Amino acid sequence: MNDPQAPHPQADAIITVTNLVKQFGRFAALRGVTASFPSGRLYGILGDNGAGKTTLLRMLAGLVTPTRGTVTILGSIQPRKICREFGYMAHPSLLYDEMSGMENLRYFARLYGLHDDQRCVEIISAVGLDPTLVRPVGQYSQGMRQRMSLARALLHDPKILLLDEPFSNVDIRSAREMVKLLGHMRDGGKTIFVVTHQASLLDGTASEFIWMDSGQIINRTPDLKFMETA
Amino acid sequence: MSAPPGVTLETLRKDIRLEWRSKDAINSMLFFALLVVVVFSFSFDPNAEESRLIAGGLVWVAFLFAAVVALNQTWARELRNQVLDAYRVSPAPANSLFLAKAMGNFIFVSVLEAVMVPLFVVFYKLRVLGPAWQLVPVTVLGTWAIVVNGTFFAAMSLRTRSREIMLPLLLFPITIPALISTVEATTVILVGDPATSAKFWIVLLATYDVMFTIACLALFETVLHAE
Amino acid sequence: MRKAFPILGVLTAIFLSYALYLALVVAPREQTMGDVQRIFYYHVPSAWTAFLLFFINFLASVQYLVRRNPSTDKVANWILITVAVVTCIASVVIALVPSLKEAMPKDVEPSAIGTTGVIIAAAYFVIRKFFSVEAVDALAVTTAEVGVVFCTVVLVTGPLWARPVWGIWWTWDVRLTSTLVLWLIYVSYLILRRYSSSGQTPVMAASLAVFGALDVPLVYFSIWIFRTQHPQPVVGGGGSIDPRMLHVLLMNWLAFLCFAYLVCWSRYRLEIMKREVEEAQALQSL
Repeated sequence: MNDPQAPHPQADAIITVTNLVKQFGRFAALRGVTASFPSGRLYGILGDNGAGKTTLLRMLAGLVTPTRGTVTILGSIQPRKICREFGYMAHPSLLYDEMSGMENLRYFARLYGLHDDQRCVEIISAVGLDPTLVRPVGQYSQGMRQRMSLARALLHDPKILLLDEPFSNVDIRSAREMVKLLGHMRDGGKTIFVVTHQASLLDGTASEFIWMDSGQIINRTPDLKFMETA
Repeated sequence: MSAPPGVTLETLRKDIRLEWRSKDAINSMLFFALLVVVVFSFSFDPNAEESRLIAGGLVWVAFLFAAVVALNQTWARELRNQVLDAYRVSPAPANSLFLAKAMGNFIFVSVLEAVMVPLFVVFYKLRVLGPAWQLVPVTVLGTWAIVVNGTFFAAMSLRTRSREIMLPLLLFPITIPALISTVEATTVILVGDPATSAKFWIVLLATYDVMFTIACLALFETVLHAE
Repeated sequence: MRKAFPILGVLTAIFLSYALYLALVVAPREQTMGDVQRIFYYHVPSAWTAFLLFFINFLASVQYLVRRNPSTDKVANWILITVAVVTCIASVVIALVPSLKEAMPKDVEPSAIGTTGVIIAAAYFVIRKFFSVEAVDALAVTTAEVGVVFCTVVLVTGPLWARPVWGIWWTWDVRLTSTLVLWLIYVSYLILRRYSSSGQTPVMAASLAVFGALDVPLVYFSIWIFRTQHPQPVVGGGGSIDPRMLHVLLMNWLAFLCFAYLVCWSRYRLEIMKREVEEAQALQSL
């Protein structure tokens, strides 16, 4: 069927970054990153702590402005203008602990102009959770919480997904299910970026691995063999 | 299309629901408000004639302190789990968030005031000798003055060290004209001297409110998205 | 400027000494207050310098907020040009129409309105020409810090003057209270700058400066009304000033301005260099 390693037929760049530099006081998180990312692929962004992976992702999401350089997403240089086209997820859940999953999603749906409860129900079921659960999200296990956070990122059916450490502290079964779901979505045409320390989870599903070190991209490979030599 | 009024009301409803569910914040605020009144009563113990002259100042300073503690709490909720990021990446306008927070704070602080005022009246044996109805616009406008700037500066202090102390540091100097107006207006109404009128102070308060509401709305988006 | 600095430093030192001599020896002895009044030549120039510096800070803050976005930048430019033009027209109209002229407050000349508007616009465009967007933030920090120092001098010398002359250390009159509030706002501005992390500091500080600029006139106005309802002793002395005293006052102000300029220039250079060092350190390869 679909070989995840083969380039997608419409491989035009959906995101291009040029000479990205980000300086926090005396520390440069990104020291000149230039790359282009074709659409319809699942990218695993790997590297040590402090390599700049999270900063790069947050810059794509428009949460951090570059000190120098530009980010072009879907032709626009201001991520906030096309914010409907991407969904963002991070290691903290980005959800309100005191509300149930359905209540959380209903609120975030409103922020995107969606008033359809049915959509919330569908998306919660799609990530493998029960929409009727009234338990507040704060009492979920980490695996459930991350899946609900993923549901929140998917609510408005974005073309691009930006996920920062989605599998941290998540049980192996939930993590594998999330990866399978991400694979399906990539096959359906979404472009997905996953920053993770658990590279092995993405082995076999990711289209490409982006290796970062000290604020720069040092390599891009289709598989994890680079890890053994690095 | 996510119409701004819809987002504002939705956010306000969400905040009220969250506040209601974690009642510990409200309870400790109410108790704090009570304590402030009691402490002031021990510190300033005038007889009935004098009390009318200073009550205006006491009440509004007490409101200001209670408001500062409340204002710090409401933004803290958005920092847990970095929920604010979820709002920032959404297309929802920044000003809807600001107005929702400001209105929520207004309701919250009004509840605190509603608790503190009867206590002040009892402890200081206060009676209003002037046109009591004027206290309504004074309280509404005065509370909004504290809350609108307080919400803005609380959002600013989120990204600073020593967050809790930054809010009063930034808020108190800016609130001075509003404080003068509310205290003067309240004193004039309490004392009820027919030669004086609170109308001028009410107009000044309204001007302050309009000016700073516009300033907050103009600058909030920049502050929200400043990383 | 770097080469000129030592020479200017020496010249300023000489100038300040001359101004001190003028203030202590040459200026005539005040009739009612005596020699204590001479602190006035220290107090008033400090105040004018502080206000000038805070005014520059306000313009720099507005520029920082406005210039990062090309559309708001254009709008701001047009607003300033409009302000200058409108105030000039207003001055002329008021001067020509007798009924309007009578309606003006006693001490205010109609032409002052036009002059103020033009000066504000001119200052804005001069700053805009000589400072880039990042440099404008460095200018804001500089003027805030040096301004707070001069404002502190004002608030300390004021009571020192008032106590022997009027018998009180402090009173809540319009000028003193507004100056105190201005000082409070800018001290909180400096604390905000210190306590926020580097990314957002300029934006937040600039917003605070704008809020402060809206606030101080309101404070002045509300205290003015408050004091007309609760009259208090007037301190500071208004009214006309002996021309010999005026001459000494202006010379002192000029000396203070030279001194303030040198301090600001040093602080500004320090700030720019600090930023350059940080950037170099950050981008250094391992």
